[in-house]
Amino acid sequence: MLLGLGLLLALPGRSQQVAVIKFPELQKRLSRPTDTTYVVNFWATWCAPCVKELPNFEQVGTTYANQKVKVLLVSLDYASQLDKKVRPFVRQRALKSEVVLLNESDPNSWLEEVDAKWTGSIPFTLIVNNKTKQRATFERELSKAQLTAALQKFL
Amino acid sequence: MKKLLPFSLLCFALLLSSFVLRPESGGYQVGDKATDFKLKNIDGKMVSLADNKAAKGYIVVFTCNTCPYAKAYESRIIALNEKYAPLGYPVIAINPNDPVVAPGDSFEAMKTKKYAFPYLLDESQQVAKAYGATRTPHLYLLKRQANDLVVSYIGAIDDNSEDAKLVKTNYLENALAEIMAGKPASTSTTKAIGCTIKWKQA
Repeated sequence: MLLGLGLLLALPGRSQQVAVIKFPELQKRLSRPTDTTYVVNFWATWCAPCVKELPNFEQVGTTYANQKVKVLLVSLDYASQLDKKVRPFVRQRALKSEVVLLNESDPNSWLEEVDAKWTGSIPFTLIVNNKTKQRATFERELSKAQLTAALQKFL
Repeated sequence: MKKLLPFSLLCFALLLSSFVLRPESGGYQVGDKATDFKLKNIDGKMVSLADNKAAKGYIVVFTCNTCPYAKAYESRIIALNEKYAPLGYPVIAINPNDPVVAPGDSFEAMKTKKYAFPYLLDESQQVAKAYGATRTPHLYLLKRQANDLVVSYIGAIDDNSEDAKLVKTNYLENALAEIMAGKPASTSTTKAIGCTIKWKQA
């Protein structure tokens, strides 16, 4: 009974909290020596092609739920937009993949460290497996087929 | 710990290789000569870099009506022209977006802007491709050297897109100060977040 009530109460608030992080924290997460393949998508609520391709990342997260695949959606919205834009967006779309907001004001200080080739346009996707030392980056929108094909090379 | 050391060495090697093996990206690098173009301004007239013989250079910025980052920088781009046009470095704004993908960037929509500098339509997107522009805003500083216009700085305007008052480093203005003093920019390439250019769908 209590458990049921707890579940019921938890339900409306089930949408995830969006953690606000700085770049060193993201870097630390992405450099862990794990055999999990990370699919990291840099996006923003204001970026139309990003919003368009988000369902593909959500689907990959579901499709590969039983494999060592982790989808991480890194929002580049301003931290000031967290409550106004990002959290409502995540709630409305009921995003299941983990969403973090990268709170860095100067992209010149960190873009290069994610990928030397990245010129700064989004969407940008990084697929990385530190165990197998595999890495792929895409500075463009990915269709479901393109994303799946890219990820398959890691599995 | 024993396991960590080879791993961190590998990370370091990977990091190093990402610099050494950086592939040549398309478009201009600092030091390249910029080829001239002829693009339609929002007043209907064609504009070329060669038109303004008095210019010591140009602040060429690929921008648009629709991108939030372009909007955030609009007033700063206007201010750059006010400050640097009298010093010989006027702004030339170029909109490379395909209006089929971004209707807010149609020529008609561009005409609602009243800038003191040209706002050109890159209809074929060939100029953006030649420069290697990937996003809006994406800025190229050209400096006249004899008969050429040489790309002298590529990248961001400053280090805070959200709030001009919180800017700590004015990347472009720092570069301009050095270039106007006859020196190469000590930071000649910077990176910024922006909206991807809306390329024509094949």
